[in-house]
Amino acid sequence: MKWVLVAAIVFATVLGDLLQSHEMKRAGEQSVSARGLARLLHVIAQRRLLILGIACNAVSFFSFMALVQTEPLSFAVPASSASFVLETLLAKFVLHERLGARRAAGALAVLAGVVLVGG
Amino acid sequence: MKTFTGRSGAVLKTYSILLFFLALKAAGNSAMAWGMKQVPERMSMNPALYLRAMLNPYVAMGIAALILALLIRMALLSLADLSFVLPVTAVGYVISVYLGKALLNETVTRQRWLGTLLIFAGAILVGSTSRNTTQEGAK
Repeated sequence: MKWVLVAAIVFATVLGDLLQSHEMKRAGEQSVSARGLARLLHVIAQRRLLILGIACNAVSFFSFMALVQTEPLSFAVPASSASFVLETLLAKFVLHERLGARRAAGALAVLAGVVLVGG
Repeated sequence: MKTFTGRSGAVLKTYSILLFFLALKAAGNSAMAWGMKQVPERMSMNPALYLRAMLNPYVAMGIAALILALLIRMALLSLADLSFVLPVTAVGYVISVYLGKALLNETVTRQRWLGTLLIFAGAILVGSTSRNTTQEGAK
């Protein structure tokens, strides 16, 4: 059961991040001042894919709530870093960001780490 | 020269937002884990269970911190690429394992620490790459 929840977190996070990154780049640079956050909320309301991205985050969030209820935080949080590996691949192939060998090696280390944390 | 100060200012801004995000995320995760373990009903597909769990003050605090962290992360994504943001925020995984042990009295095995260190090492490896890696950013 714990891996089902981890999988739900990973896939929802990955889809949500891709949608968010794509839409936020189109929206332009945002700031974290009070006015900036208000403007950010306005941007969110205008972009449907961004709302879908946030819905994905909600699914990931509820799965995380369920996971930390039964599993230790020291498992739940590192296990969810598996999303990083999948996301790095998708960042390259979907968002067309350039990834070097160094970055690929880092992603592999994270993957190995997740396997050890879950064992 | 103007370009240089503009760039380093943007980098400083990016890292400040990053630190704020990490602190909020760590606090939110810990509060959430602490609160959820006090909730008697086991979570399932029923959304009402999640809403009732939110009545626990620690869960509510955790959610507030994590929602704010999510908004801050979105602002961060407007400044830097996902493949920069993801590895550097992976440091948060190490912080959470430490807080799990120190605050929540969890047993962290040697294997789990090793896995966490590997995740951390992976984050450092990728963390030294440029802040903005899309074609437009390189121009």
